[in-house]
Amino acid sequence: MSHKPVAPSLVDPAILIPAARDAVLKLDPRKLVRNPVIFVTEAVAVVVTVLFLRDLWTRPAEAGFSSQIAAWLWFTVIFATFAEAVAEGRGRAQAESLKRTKSDLTARRLAANGEIEPIPATTLRIGDIVIVEAGELIPGDGEVIEGAASVNESAITGESAPVIRESGGDRSAVTGGTQVLSDVIKVKITVAPGSSFVDRMIGLIEGAQRQKTPNEIALSILLSGLTLIFLFVVVTIWGLAGYSGTVLSVTVLAALLVTLIPTTIGGLLSAIGIAGMDRLVRFNVIATSGRAVEAAGDVDTLLLDKTGTITFGNRMATDFVAISGVTPGEVAEAALLASLADETPEGRSIAALATGEYGLKTPALEADAVVPFAAETRLSGVDLAGRRLRKGAVDAVLKFAGIAHSDAPAEFHQAVERIARTGGTPLAVADGSRVLGVIHLKDVVKPGIKERFAALRAMGIRTVMVTGDNPVTAAAIASEAGVDDFLAQATPEDKLAFIRREQQGGRLIAMCGDGTNDAPALAQADVGVAMQTGTQAAREAANMVDLDSSPTKLIEIVEIGKQLLMTRGSLTTFSIANDVAKYFAIIPALFVATYPALDALNIMGLSSPQSAILSAVIFNALIIVALIPLALKGVPYRAAAATSLLRRNLLIYGLGGLVLPFAGIKAIDMAVAALNLV
Amino acid sequence: MTIIGWLQISLLFLAVLVVIKPLGLYMAGVFAGERTLLSPLLAPIERGFYRLAGVDRTREQGWLGYTLAMLALSLAGFILLYGILRLQAYLPLNPQGFANVSADLAFNTAVSFVTNTNWQNYAGETTMSHFSQMAGLTVQNFLSAATGMAMAVALTRAFARSQVSVIGNFWVDFTRATLYVLLPISLLMAVVFVAMGLPQTLDASATATTLEGAQQTIALGPVASQEAIKQLGTNGGGFFNANAAHPFENPTAFSNYLNIFAMLSISSALVYTFGQMVGSRRQGWTLLATMAILLIAGVGLVYWAETQGNPILGALGLDPAQGNMEGKEVRFGQAMTALYAAVTTGLSDGGVNGMHGSLTGLGGLVPMFLIQLGEVLPGGVGSGLYGMIVFAILSVFVAGLMVGRTPEFLGKKIEGREMKFVMLAVLILPLAILGFTAASAMLPFAVASVGTGGPHGLSEILYAFTSAAGNNGSAFGGLSGNTPWFNTTLGIAMLLGRFAYVVPVMAIAGSLAGKVKLPTSGGTFPTDTPLFVGLLIGIILILGGLQFFPALALGPIVEHFAMLAGQTF
Repeated sequence: MSHKPVAPSLVDPAILIPAARDAVLKLDPRKLVRNPVIFVTEAVAVVVTVLFLRDLWTRPAEAGFSSQIAAWLWFTVIFATFAEAVAEGRGRAQAESLKRTKSDLTARRLAANGEIEPIPATTLRIGDIVIVEAGELIPGDGEVIEGAASVNESAITGESAPVIRESGGDRSAVTGGTQVLSDVIKVKITVAPGSSFVDRMIGLIEGAQRQKTPNEIALSILLSGLTLIFLFVVVTIWGLAGYSGTVLSVTVLAALLVTLIPTTIGGLLSAIGIAGMDRLVRFNVIATSGRAVEAAGDVDTLLLDKTGTITFGNRMATDFVAISGVTPGEVAEAALLASLADETPEGRSIAALATGEYGLKTPALEADAVVPFAAETRLSGVDLAGRRLRKGAVDAVLKFAGIAHSDAPAEFHQAVERIARTGGTPLAVADGSRVLGVIHLKDVVKPGIKERFAALRAMGIRTVMVTGDNPVTAAAIASEAGVDDFLAQATPEDKLAFIRREQQGGRLIAMCGDGTNDAPALAQADVGVAMQTGTQAAREAANMVDLDSSPTKLIEIVEIGKQLLMTRGSLTTFSIANDVAKYFAIIPALFVATYPALDALNIMGLSSPQSAILSAVIFNALIIVALIPLALKGVPYRAAAATSLLRRNLLIYGLGGLVLPFAGIKAIDMAVAALNLV
Repeated sequence: MTIIGWLQISLLFLAVLVVIKPLGLYMAGVFAGERTLLSPLLAPIERGFYRLAGVDRTREQGWLGYTLAMLALSLAGFILLYGILRLQAYLPLNPQGFANVSADLAFNTAVSFVTNTNWQNYAGETTMSHFSQMAGLTVQNFLSAATGMAMAVALTRAFARSQVSVIGNFWVDFTRATLYVLLPISLLMAVVFVAMGLPQTLDASATATTLEGAQQTIALGPVASQEAIKQLGTNGGGFFNANAAHPFENPTAFSNYLNIFAMLSISSALVYTFGQMVGSRRQGWTLLATMAILLIAGVGLVYWAETQGNPILGALGLDPAQGNMEGKEVRFGQAMTALYAAVTTGLSDGGVNGMHGSLTGLGGLVPMFLIQLGEVLPGGVGSGLYGMIVFAILSVFVAGLMVGRTPEFLGKKIEGREMKFVMLAVLILPLAILGFTAASAMLPFAVASVGTGGPHGLSEILYAFTSAAGNNGSAFGGLSGNTPWFNTTLGIAMLLGRFAYVVPVMAIAGSLAGKVKLPTSGGTFPTDTPLFVGLLIGIILILGGLQFFPALALGPIVEHFAMLAGQTF
């Protein structure tokens, strides 16, 4: 089901060219004020530009230098806005296709007098009822209140097989922009246009409605605080230098300020956030807020449904166990006949086992009566030629046979217990009042899932399996799959109580669900992922929707959240570590005229004071561009314990951030000197 | 540098290491309200105090109540001390008949002792009556130290607790810190000091006739009692102007040892107390290791710089093997002066046993820089611990994201609210130090107080404000600080450094106490590993120290390089 996510190319001109235009538009200080670090940079750039114009008039000899500083300060700002614009552009490209399907739709609204009136889809209100026929697009998110139809949801899910949407039950939710292929349905609109979740996603990516997440806010406070501190440092240098009679030009101090404040992370912060959302969309998951993505990184416990996530969707028959006096062949035959009317996957797997392994032929059925499988009776069977064959849940079959639980043969009980103990599901087979044997149904654990859970455990994430099975069965599967804990015979209330209990202990929980009865748990969980195939109630309660409806997606979502946070942390560390080299470039340059002895601090051996300052400013601007790909792609992610992640990232981004600018500034200085720029 | 020198230094750190655990555990018991060794003796007294003051010791306070109580006590202490100094001529125990202290000097001194700074713009033996020394200064030595400890304990509780609004009762913590920790140890130490020959008398100065027949006044007073709490409470305000370089304050190598040991012991042990109270002794050791590494590096650097000496003097014919002995007491030598200089500044103590202004460029840079790092190595009693925790929070926040989770420290999520207060606190030092230094450097009447030309003059001003804002109290020397400008601005710097810092810290405590304590897992950012020590050191140096690099470059750094280049000013 899930698509291999494809990241758009980093150098796609269709994205870069509009981004360059947007980058200029974003220079508007009213917009830029949301980003204090870059706002200060822009203010400084304006001041330096004014000083350059003054220099042109009064000190033409200085103008060459101040023009270059001014230009590079502007580049610093533009590179930062460009980073954000590129991230938005990539996200927008992703959302554009969804958007296209939504525009120009006409809705056929059912008026109060019973007449049908065509209106533009954008004017729909919550509670409106619309009629959608085969071939038409559903005009908005809603719920089927009458009829059933097959719907092509490929516009949203990318999955071409149509799905059934019908009134009542868990499959009543429909999404705007999807196409009805057959029949007619009445849809009650449940979401006002413009706030449907596709719109919300587009809004989140495009930035207009993008709100800073809690961690982004906290990080912004740190960056603003640092900016303020360095502003103070630079302003006071002027006074301190005055003591020794050194007069420093504002241009030089401005250059120092911009290199010291954390422009690298300040410029890339929002791009990192957008790229995180974008990555989620590429995995066909829509988040209703950036906060949810962040929470995903913090998740301590994953609540995973057994079925479909840990095991393949359905149990399969693997063995027929006969009790004495009956041959396995007879059990197989009875089971086969009793299962012919059972269209569930389990029923079909019984038939497949009987015809395959036991070589039986599918008989032509001349039945007196067929008892199809039903959830209430929990058995299926057939009456023919004086035989009343039944197979089904053990207690249901015993009840049918009229045998008290204690009266059933000991052998039968042993077989049932043995199967249950190993995680299987025993089904009884009976002919009238005679018990014939047991069918062994088994949950097949998906290959590779155990390793995946082990990786999660290494990262400190517990996995909890939720299943309706009895505790014995659940324990067996749990140990086979390697989950940390399980909830057996879980009702939706149990799930909710479990989540509350875990949260009480300070843990963050992620879960996925699809049914209406999952909604309270989805709302309670810190990260609730609803299946696209789920009910509207579930989708409303969740803070993410998985368009692929794949329960394993939860693991990927957590990984995306973690990668987002790691990228943010790595670039912050890198940005702060950069300051050391910049000090060593600029401080001697500022004071060497007054105190020649301070040339000893010029450990990089930069060619001249002006070149040193210019090189530091150029490095500071270029590093933003150089890191845009990393901000968009995220730092390489690996599932490992926090200790080893920290060691690795601290080495690369901390130590790297310390050392790299020394080399970078030196290289730029050599180029500046070679080109005679100052 | 000599092996003996390093042995002396190592032995002292070892001695401190030995007392950290027992003293730390004892204090953890004291602040948890448990029965301790001294309870049979002191518990009735403690209860008596509460009854007298009407304090219900079972009623805990929220962060604001706790902070307001602390501010009220500090204000009362300030008014009391200011009053005593202004009226000392009319008060008893003034055998020398000293006049009332001037308004600006009284302000400066009162602020200085209330903030645990003990910056001295006066010469004790010629300004302060015995009453002012005992009832004024020594009392505040106890109160300001106990206040610092109470704050640190309150912040510690915020990490230990989960989802509560209260962080302790200030009056109780404050009383216990004084009664169970500071008083008994001070008492013991004062007696030891008396045995070592420190004067302890209410008599007036003695007048002696020297061999040359000249008259010499020998200042006396209750020195030993003040000396004990001066070091234990990391106050540093000496009885005499020369502080611990004076033979009556610090007569022997052993008293010098005891001085350094005393100032290090409680501050270091409190870090252990922190670990104990938050349920992770390892965390305590991690913070201690960070402090120790930076402090020992500082000691080593001063020691090295001082034994290297000054090549300019060498060129004039001085034996280079002597190193730099200017401003040092011969009975202490370079190793013990280096140790004292680094420890007193790493600690926010501020006592000195030599002239910091006479250290070489590099040697003078270190004490200044250690204060600028935020007085966390291990800092003043209490204040060092909470300062270090602020750095730990900062480190966790900057680098914690790198493990893919939003930052947490000891199970407490660090979010916007905490960062706001952390940044407010972190802003204070650069604001007070750089702001006032730059202003003073620009004002001709302020520059007139400077004792030396060239960059050393700037160092003097920078050191003064560094010491004041860092609540250290040591002086570089050379600067004539007893002027209205410096008395006032240094006073303001001290107030900012103490209260403008601690109030946001207490707000953090309030915010953290209300948060749920998260369980640790394999995905939790590890804060008790050598890696974290490295990270913390990096953050302290880069975020704590780098702000002062330009200022230092214009002062001690240029002095150092100029000295190497043979340049004088």
